[in-house]
Amino acid sequence: METTAVKEYTYKDFASDQEVRWCPGCDDYVILRSVQKALPEIGIKKENVVFISGIGCSSRFPYYMDTYGMHSIHGRAAAIASGVKLANPDLSVWVITGDGDSLAIGGNHFIHVLRRNLDLNIILFNNEIYGLTKGQFSPTSLVGQKTKSSPYGNTQPPFSAGELALGAQARFFARIGGNTPKEMTEIFIQSQKYKGTSLVEVLQNCPIFNDGCFAKYTDKAVREDRQLYVEHGKPMIFGKDRDKGLILKGIRLEVVTIGENGIEETDILIHNAKEHDPTLHQMLVRLEYPMVTGIIRSFNDTTFEEREDALTVQVKANSSFRKTDDLFFSGDVYEIKE
Amino acid sequence: MEAKTENPQEILESVIIRFVGDSGDGMQLTGTQFSDTSAMFGNDVATFPNYPAEIRAPQGSLYGVSGYQVHIGSVEISTPGDEVDLLVAMNPAGLKTNLHAVKPGHTIIVDTDSFTKKNLEKALYESNPLEDNSLENYRVIEVSMTSLTKETLKEVQGLDNKAITRSKNMFALGMVYWMYHRSTEHTIEFFQKKFKSKPEIIEANTKVLNAGYYFAETLELIPNAYTISPAKMEAGTYRIVMGNTATAWGFLAAAEKSGLELFLGSYPITPASDILHELVKHKHFGVKTLQAEDEIAGITSAIGASFAGDLAITTTSGPGLALKGEALGLAMMIELPLVLVNVQRGGPSTGLPTKTEQSDLLQAMYGRNGESPVIIIAASTPANCFNYAYEAAKLTLEHMTPVILMSDGYIANGSAPWKIQSVNEMPEIKNNLLKEFKENWHPYDRDQDSLARYWAVPGTPGMEHRVGGLEKDKVTGNVSYDPENHEYMTNIRAEKIKRVQNYIPDQETEFADSGDLLVIGWGGTYGSLHSAVKHLNDEGYKNIGFAHFHYLNPLPTNTEALLKRFKKIIVCELNTGQFVKVLKSSFNGFEFLQFNKIQGLPFANNELVQKFKQLVT
Repeated sequence: METTAVKEYTYKDFASDQEVRWCPGCDDYVILRSVQKALPEIGIKKENVVFISGIGCSSRFPYYMDTYGMHSIHGRAAAIASGVKLANPDLSVWVITGDGDSLAIGGNHFIHVLRRNLDLNIILFNNEIYGLTKGQFSPTSLVGQKTKSSPYGNTQPPFSAGELALGAQARFFARIGGNTPKEMTEIFIQSQKYKGTSLVEVLQNCPIFNDGCFAKYTDKAVREDRQLYVEHGKPMIFGKDRDKGLILKGIRLEVVTIGENGIEETDILIHNAKEHDPTLHQMLVRLEYPMVTGIIRSFNDTTFEEREDALTVQVKANSSFRKTDDLFFSGDVYEIKE
Repeated sequence: MEAKTENPQEILESVIIRFVGDSGDGMQLTGTQFSDTSAMFGNDVATFPNYPAEIRAPQGSLYGVSGYQVHIGSVEISTPGDEVDLLVAMNPAGLKTNLHAVKPGHTIIVDTDSFTKKNLEKALYESNPLEDNSLENYRVIEVSMTSLTKETLKEVQGLDNKAITRSKNMFALGMVYWMYHRSTEHTIEFFQKKFKSKPEIIEANTKVLNAGYYFAETLELIPNAYTISPAKMEAGTYRIVMGNTATAWGFLAAAEKSGLELFLGSYPITPASDILHELVKHKHFGVKTLQAEDEIAGITSAIGASFAGDLAITTTSGPGLALKGEALGLAMMIELPLVLVNVQRGGPSTGLPTKTEQSDLLQAMYGRNGESPVIIIAASTPANCFNYAYEAAKLTLEHMTPVILMSDGYIANGSAPWKIQSVNEMPEIKNNLLKEFKENWHPYDRDQDSLARYWAVPGTPGMEHRVGGLEKDKVTGNVSYDPENHEYMTNIRAEKIKRVQNYIPDQETEFADSGDLLVIGWGGTYGSLHSAVKHLNDEGYKNIGFAHFHYLNPLPTNTEALLKRFKKIIVCELNTGQFVKVLKSSFNGFEFLQFNKIQGLPFANNELVQKFKQLVT
C-alpha cells in the first residue's frame, strides 16, 4: 500500500461536504471523528481508502467521509468489501456496520469474512438496539429488555459480538467504549496496521432508544473501576487506584486486589494479544466485571489475499497460457477444410 | 438374435445414439468420447446429458439411470434430437426407461450379463424383455459385455474386480465406433492423458475398447454398418464446447479485450456451477474467483469488485436469482457494471434442478423491488453462449448497468462444435473508466447518447465519491429525497435501458421474411424451433418465418414492424407463456398464439412440426 512519508492530511481532509445527521449526543460522532483522526496518522493516501457500510444508523458513515465509499444494503457490507479488496488489494478497506447489520441480517457474511481473514477493518457499532427502524430489540439486546418489539421484555438471549467473532476465528478483536476517543483512535490506527481482518466493537450509546446501555461500564465516574483496558505485554491491572488485576484460578479468571491475600503485581496475568490459542481471549471477552476493552486479540496469520496471490503466482508459473487464444486453440481442436 | 438383413454400408445423413446405464457406469464419458471423436471426423454434433439428481442412486434402480444422447450428422445438426436410432443399454433399468425413445425397427444393444433376476426386479420387469418377445419391433443385439470385458482383462495386472467391471462401457463404445466407422485413436489418446500415472488403467481401457471394436467387426450378428459423411461446415478451427464452458470463455475473452481483470463471485448451484469450475482454473489469466458463503455474497462481492474496477460477474440458477434480487437492485441503482448469469432450471422453488426450463424470464424482468429495469439477453446454443457472455460484458461495461444473461440447463450442459473465435476478431469493448482526475466531475454525469455514467474507481486521486442504495441527486449522487429528482432518476434509469436499443442489432428472421406464420422463440429452444421450421421449409412450407430473440430487454427496435409482416404469430416457450406476456405488454393489436411445454424437457421436433402445420393449413 502506498503510504505518505510525511503527514499529508489532517482530520478535516477526511470530512466530506455532507452535513452529519445523527441524533445529538450520539456516540457515532465520536467514532466518526476518531476515524478521521486516525487516518492522517496512518498515512494512507485518501484515494486509496474505501468505506463500505450496510444499513442502519451507523451505515450513513461513508457519506461523511471524503474517501471512496458505498452505502449498500442491509447486512452485506462485509461481502461487498471483500469484493473491493480482492479486486484491488492495495486499498485500505473499512466496513462500517452495526449489531443488527452484522449479527442479525448479515450474520453469515460476518462469520465468513472473519474465517477467511482478508485485510479489512471492520468497525461494529454496538448499541444493543435497532435505531434506524426506531427501537426494536437487536441480537445484542439483553433478556428482559423492553423495546418497541418486546414491550413485555426481550426473550431472545443476546450474542456477544466478541465471543461470536472469536468462534468464527477472528484474529484481531478489539473493544472500546464509545466515549473514549483517544483510545479509540489508537485502536483504529492499530487495526489498520494489522494485516488481516480486524474487528473493533464500539460500545456505542444510543441516546434516543437505548440511553445508558453501557453506562455501568463507560460512565466517567465508574469507567476506571469497571473497565480493564488491556495492552499487549502489560499486566491486566485496572481500577482507579490501579490495584485490581486478573489472575487465572483453575479455568476461570478471577479479580484480585494487589496487596491483599499475598497478591503481588507480579502475580497478575500479562496480556498476550498475539497468542494463537484463543482460550484466554475468549475468557476476557466474556468477562462482565471488569468489562475488557482494548485490543484483546491480535494474532498474526496469513491473509486470504496472500493465499490467493501465492496460488496465482504458482499457477502462472506452471502455465503456458498467457492469452485466451492460447487456451481456446489448445487441446482437442480440429480443422474443417473448405 | 437374428437381425433383418439390410444393405451393408448404409449411408445416413444423421444418427442419434443414446448411451444409458447406472449413474456409476460411465455413460457421460462414453457419450462425450463418441461426440468428440465424431466432431473431429468432421460431423456436426449436438449432445445432451440426462442424469439423475442423485449422485449415486441405488444400483440398477429406475431413477438411477444416467444417459447421454449424441446426434451426429453430415448435415447441420441443431438439437440432440428426439427419437433415437441406437440405444446402448447397460442394464434393464436403462432399457426400461429409454425404450420409448427408440424408433421402431431400430437397434438396441444390451449387456446381457446385467439382465439378472435381481436387476430385472429392480427395473420392475415381470419377465425378461430379452426373452418375452416384447422387443420384437426392434433389432436387439445381445452382447455379454461384462463377461467379455472380464475375459479381455484376465491377464492385466493390478486391477481389482471393480475396475474391471467399470471398463465395460469402453466395450460398448468400441462396438459403436466400429458401427459408425469411427477411429478409436482419439479415445486412446484421451486415456493416455487422463490416466498418466496409472498405466494399468490405460492398458485396461485400451484393451477393452479395442476388444469391443473387433468384436463388432467380427460379429456376423451385426450385418451392417453405417456411414455418416463429414458435414459441410464453415472452414476453420473447431473444438467441442459445453454451453457453460463457452459462457466462461466468453467472459475471459471480454476481460482480455477490455483490459480489465475478471472477478466471479458465486455460490454453487446446479446447473450453473460448471461456470465457476471453469473460471477457477484460469488464474493464469489473473481471473479472481470467490466461492462465497451464499448467493447474496456471490453477487455483493461482485458488486464490490465492480466498484473497485473489475469486470465483475456472478453466476446462478433460478432460486439463486431470487436471492440475488435485492443486490441486483443495488447494482442498478448505483449504476455499476455487473453481469448476472442465470442458468435456468425447472422451477418453482427447488423444482427440477437437473432439468431444463425457461421459467425465470419474468423474474429477470421484474424480480426486484421498485422500478429497476436491467438489460436481459439470452444465449441460444452451447456455442453461442460464448458470444452472448461476451456481449453481456460489453453491454454492461458500455452502458454502466447490470445485464442478466439467460442460459438454461439444456444448452449449458449440451455440447456442440464451436468455430473458435480469437479475441482479435471480437468487437471492441469500450469502458467508461475515468482514469485520471477530471475537473468538475460528478458521479452522476452521463454520456449524452447512452446515458451511461462514468466509472471512477478507488485509487484514482481527486475522484473520491460515495454511492449508495438511497435515491441520489441527479448530478452529485448525494442522498436526495426531492420528489422531482426521484421521478427524474426513475425515468432516466428506464430511458438508459431503452436506449440500449440503439446499440443492438435488428431482430432477424429465418426462412421467410413475411408470410402466414411467424414462429417466435428465445433462449435455449433455438435448435428445436429451427429444425422444426426447417423441416417444414424443406417440405415446401415457404410461408413460415422464424424469429429467435436474443435481446429480451430492451427488445430490438424493428420488432413491431417484423410482427406486422405475418398473418399469424406463435410464441413457443418452455414455460406457461412468459415472453409472450412481455410481447403483449409491449405491442398492441396482435394476436399472439402460444405453444408451451413445461415438463423439464426440450421441445420435440414432431410436436412443433404438427402444431405449425396445423396453423398454416
